[in-house]
Amino acid sequence: MNNTKSIAAGAVMLCGVLAAPFASAATTLESVKEKGHLQCGVTSGLPGFSQPDDKGNWTGIDVDTCRAVAAAIFGDAQAVEFTPLTAKERLTALQSGEIDVLSRNTTWTLTRDASLGLNFTGTNYYDGQGFLINKELGVDDATELNGATICIQAGTTTELNLSDYFRAKGMEYQPIVFDTSEQTVQGFAAGRCDVLTSDRSQLAALRSKLTDPSSAKILPNTISKEPLGPVVRQGDDQWFNIVKWVLFAQINAEELGITSDNVDKMLKSDNPNVQRLLGTDGDMGAKLGLPDDFGYQIVKLVGNYGEMYNRNVGPDTPLGLDRGLNALWTEGGIMYAPPLR
Amino acid sequence: MAEPMLKPPKIAISPVDWMRRNLFSSWYNSLLTIVVGYLVVTSVGPVFSWLFFEATFLGTDSSDCTGTGACWLFISQRLNFFIYGFYPDEFQWRVNIMFGLLAVCFVPQFIEGFPWRKWFGLFGLTGLPVVGYFLVPGGSFGLEAVESSKWGGLMLTLILAYIGIIASLPIGIVLALGRRSEMPIIRGICVVFIEVWRAVPLITVLFMASVMLPLFLPDGMNFEKLMRALIGITLWQSAYMAEVIRGGLQAIPRGQYEAADALGLGYWKKTGLIILPQALKMVIPGIVNTFISLFKDTTLVLIIGLFDILGTVQSTITDPAWQNVAIEGYVFVAFCFWVFCFGISRYSQNLERKLDTGHKT
Repeated sequence: MNNTKSIAAGAVMLCGVLAAPFASAATTLESVKEKGHLQCGVTSGLPGFSQPDDKGNWTGIDVDTCRAVAAAIFGDAQAVEFTPLTAKERLTALQSGEIDVLSRNTTWTLTRDASLGLNFTGTNYYDGQGFLINKELGVDDATELNGATICIQAGTTTELNLSDYFRAKGMEYQPIVFDTSEQTVQGFAAGRCDVLTSDRSQLAALRSKLTDPSSAKILPNTISKEPLGPVVRQGDDQWFNIVKWVLFAQINAEELGITSDNVDKMLKSDNPNVQRLLGTDGDMGAKLGLPDDFGYQIVKLVGNYGEMYNRNVGPDTPLGLDRGLNALWTEGGIMYAPPLR
Repeated sequence: MAEPMLKPPKIAISPVDWMRRNLFSSWYNSLLTIVVGYLVVTSVGPVFSWLFFEATFLGTDSSDCTGTGACWLFISQRLNFFIYGFYPDEFQWRVNIMFGLLAVCFVPQFIEGFPWRKWFGLFGLTGLPVVGYFLVPGGSFGLEAVESSKWGGLMLTLILAYIGIIASLPIGIVLALGRRSEMPIIRGICVVFIEVWRAVPLITVLFMASVMLPLFLPDGMNFEKLMRALIGITLWQSAYMAEVIRGGLQAIPRGQYEAADALGLGYWKKTGLIILPQALKMVIPGIVNTFISLFKDTTLVLIIGLFDILGTVQSTITDPAWQNVAIEGYVFVAFCFWVFCFGISRYSQNLERKLDTGHKT
C-alpha cells in the first residue's frame, strides 16, 4: 500500500516536472527580453542573404531583417545572435525553440505555412528561378531549351520546379546534378551543360565566378515564385505581429522617404504618417508590446527597406540585382505594406 | 644471437650505377622510368608554380590576385575567421593560450630527452581540458562568457576532436572490460551499447542530436547544439574504441590472467597492473587509427550547421567579392588536417618504439 502511494506520488511529481516548463512558458517577447538578445536562424553562407564577412560579422538581407527586429525590441541592432542552419534542420530549430525567428531564405508555401506549426510573417525578398546560359547557344528564351543539358544543385526545390516547368511545356532536358552551388558553376564553366538554373538572386553572383562572365547571360524567364521571408512559431500572435510589422515599418519608411540619414530630421516632420512611424505621435509601439519609437530605432540602426536591399544585394554590390519585383508598389514593384496607423 | 665479428664492407655505388640497377635494369623498367619521369616533370612544375611561384601572397582584396597562380591572399585575409570562427577579437587571447598550452604539452613529446616531458604529456591529457573548460567558454573568474555558437574554425575542430579523443578512451576501456565481464547484466549492457552505436553512421548520430533530440526535450530544456554534437561524437567513438581495446584484451595469453590469479591479485589489480598495460600497448596502432579517423570525421558537423574549419572555408568561398578561391580554400583545409593527422601518427610511432619491450616477434 505504502509502496503504491509513493509510486503514485513519484509519478505525479514526474508529471509536474515535465509539465512545469510548459505551464510557465513565457511569451517569445518576454523570453527574448530576458535573454537580452534575439536568436535568429540564418543560412550557413549565401551571398547577399547571410554570410560571414572577413571579420566574422554576419551580413546580408536576411541578417538585417533580424537586426531590425532586435533594433525594434532593444534599440540595439547588435543584440542578436545568429544560428547558422542547414536547409534540413531550419524548421526543426524553430519548432523546438532553439531560435526565435527563422530568416533563412525560406520560400513561403502552403504546406510549410499550414502543416508545420509555423507562420510566415511576410516577404523580404521576392525571388524566382531563372536560367544562366552560354551565349554561344544563341537562345533568347527558355521555351527554346528543348533537349538542353542543365546543371542543377541537388536536393533543392529548384530541381522540382525545373521538372514541373519542362513537363508543362512538353520539353525534354537532361539534368546534371551537383552537390554545392560552387560545383554547379564549375560544371557550367567546364562546359558540362548548356544551362545552369538557380534562384535569380544567385545567378548574377554565380555568373561573376566565371572566368569570362560576358560569355554567359541570364534569360528573362522566371519559372517559379519564391517569396522568401521570416518565419515564426505558430501560437504566439504577439510575436508574429512584431516580426510582421518590423518589416512593414521598413517598407513604409521607404515609401515615406525616411532613411537612416534623414531620420533625425524627420522627427520634426508634420506628416502624421511619419509621426506615427517614428513614434513622435500615437502609441503604435505599445500596441505591439514594443517601445513607441521602435520605427525610429529600426530606420536609424538598420535603415528602410530600400537601404537594406541596396546594401546587401543591390546594383552596387557584387550581386548587382535590380529592384525588379522588390521595388515599392509605387515604383512598379510589388513591395506593399499595410498602413501603419 | 651473437654479433658478427666484422660489419660487411660498405659497397660504394656511384649514382650512375644506382640508376642502372634501380631504374633501368631492363627495357620495360626503362620505359616505365621514362614515362613516370615525364609525368612527374610535367605535373610537378605547374603545381609548384601555381602553389608558390605565380601565387599571390600580398595585397588587400581579390583584384590583387593575378589569376594564374593561387590566391593565398584569400586565406590570409580570412585567416582569423578560419581559426576562431565568430569568437570575439578581444577574447581571442584566451584561445591563443589554449593553442600555446597544446603546443607546450605535445611538442616536447617529439624531442628525445626533453626534461619532464612525460609530465607535460600527462598535463595535456588531464589538466589541459580543465583549463580549457574555464578559459574558452568563460563565464567564471571574471572572464566574459562567449557562447558556443560563436566558436568556430580550427579551434572548434580541435575542441571536437580533442574532447572526443580523451573522453572516448576511458569510456571505451570500461566498455571493453564490461563486454568481457562475467556478470551477465553488465556484459549485456555493454554489448548492446557497442553494437547499437557502432552500427549507426556518425551522420545519423549528429542529425539525431541536432534535429530530433530538441523535439523530445521539454521547452526551455534546450542545451547547446555543440554540446549535443559532442556527446554524440563521444558515445559513437567510444563504441569503436571499445572494440579496438577488446582486440588487445583478447590477444593477452591466458597464462597472464592465470599468473595474476595465482599471485592472489583481485580483479582491479589484475586488470590495472597486468592486463591493461599490455593490452593497450599492443593496440596503439589501432587506437591511433581511430583517433585519426575521428579527427577527420569531425568535419561532418558541417551538416548540422556548426562551423568547423571546413565549414568556415565553405561558407566564405561563395563570397562574390572573391573569384574562384574554392581550390585555395580546400587546399588550405587539407593542409591543416594533414599537419595534425601526421603529427598524431608520428607521435604514436614514437610511443610504440618507446614502449616496445620485445614481446612482439
